[in-house]
Amino acid sequence: MRRHVVLIEDEPNIMEAIRFLLTRDGWTVDTHANGADAVEVVAAADPDLVILDVMLPGKSGMDILRDLRDRPALSGLPVLMLTARGQSRDRDMAEKAGASRFMTKPFSNTEVLDAVRDLTAPARRA
Amino acid sequence: MRGHLTGSRIRERRTIFGLRQADLARQVGISASYLNLIEHNRRRIGGKLLVRIAQELGVEPSMLSEGAEAALVATLREAAADAGMALADGDQAEEFADRFPGWAEVLAAAHRRISSLERTVETLSDRLTHDPHLASSLHEVLSTAAAIRSTASILAEPGDIEPEWRNRFHRNLNEDSLRLAESSKELVRYLDEAQEEDSRKTAPIEEVEGLVAQHGYHFPDLESAGAEVSDVVDGAGLSSGAARHIARGVLSRYAADAWAMPLDAMSQAIKQLGLDPIRLAQRFDMPLHRVFRRLAAMPEWVLDPAPGLVVCDAAGSLLFRKPIDRFPLPRFAVPCPLWPIFATLNRPHVPLQRRVVQQGRDAATFTCYAIAHPEAAPDFERDPLYRATMLIVPVLTADDAVPAQAVGSSCRTCPRSGCRARREPSILKEGF
Repeated sequence: MRRHVVLIEDEPNIMEAIRFLLTRDGWTVDTHANGADAVEVVAAADPDLVILDVMLPGKSGMDILRDLRDRPALSGLPVLMLTARGQSRDRDMAEKAGASRFMTKPFSNTEVLDAVRDLTAPARRA
Repeated sequence: MRGHLTGSRIRERRTIFGLRQADLARQVGISASYLNLIEHNRRRIGGKLLVRIAQELGVEPSMLSEGAEAALVATLREAAADAGMALADGDQAEEFADRFPGWAEVLAAAHRRISSLERTVETLSDRLTHDPHLASSLHEVLSTAAAIRSTASILAEPGDIEPEWRNRFHRNLNEDSLRLAESSKELVRYLDEAQEEDSRKTAPIEEVEGLVAQHGYHFPDLESAGAEVSDVVDGAGLSSGAARHIARGVLSRYAADAWAMPLDAMSQAIKQLGLDPIRLAQRFDMPLHRVFRRLAAMPEWVLDPAPGLVVCDAAGSLLFRKPIDRFPLPRFAVPCPLWPIFATLNRPHVPLQRRVVQQGRDAATFTCYAIAHPEAAPDFERDPLYRATMLIVPVLTADDAVPAQAVGSSCRTCPRSGCRARREPSILKEGF
């Protein structure tokens, strides 16, 4: 069975590149560009992992993450945060909000793939 | 004594620069005749004026006050202390400079460069954190760079990609490179404009601070009775009604202070009583905060080194800043809550005197005098609004027996670890 990622990113070309990479790696990728209804999109998709941009229209990635963590069914879902702000304060905020990993733009494709594989590895999920 | 030749060194350096005495005098805000007296070692010089002259002549102040060798040794000691070298090793700086003068110069120059770059990083970080337009411009640039990097990596990988995907990625790359070019230009334009605005002063309050600083915090025109504040404000070329309004308030208070504590009498009182705000307040029968303000408005021939001044409201917003060397007053960031000025807001009318040490590479000790006072006359119908005023006086020879509170400028640029007042991590500890 193909594994499933939801990618929430408003930058269309980043979205396209990540979608290509993950699809080629055997993942099913659902994409979404708006923060306002992102929590419902994730809940409905029930993915193995979420890739979440911090700065989104409608609702910030940090708020989406907090809402996800407040839902018992989604509280353990691996979430990879993407942001252009790599300051320690943002990293702290993401960690406190429950991010599984924090990645600063511009990232390399290998970093993204490694993070996705690592966060969904059976040992980690057990 | 080395210090007695400070004037000669200034003259020598000025001549090397090919600068006329009158030009240097004008640049540092003193008369040519006064500079002439200084250059002939007939007037002692120190504090802020020495720093300003050193800046104009492109040298460290200690090079003028103590000569080139002492300045070099002082810089080497600083470098040693910053590197965490044991005190005994730091004391060998003089020997090192004697034995390897060329290498010592190289090390000192590298240390000065590091200090200057660290200051730039602090300023930019302060700005990046608190300037939303800059943060969003940088976000745009970094997002586009991320898209380009990912797409280019996919195209650069060995092996075939389906033509449909390849064409799409080529198109994306083209779009993103155009976007990056545009957003970079936009960012540079913004930074250029911001730089210009820096010199023009952006916010009205900063424009007024700039005006007061331009006059060296002293307005001879407002010292005499009957002086017209409106003449000074009208002639200042302020760019907005808001700036003129703030300037009228600041200068009216200046004129009232000058009338109540005339320059000659104040100068005389300082000579007799020293820089003792309480006794000066008693002498003039004036509230302490007005004495603080007046002391901060004294010309350097009365008070040298000149003290700094900060005024804030009960929300902690800085309403007026007179900077002082090595006590950085943040422009955008929220200041350190451990400054004594904020403690006085809990105890209005109670004067507070605290010894503080500013953290960081330029660690320096100051005595701060502060008091919180109501802004207007008492009124049964309204709660009083308080302001607090703090005079910052450098301590030239710190006495270790006097306990000192460690303070910073703002959390972002303060290296102090384990601080109970910390609001956010410091870039000096974690980011760089």
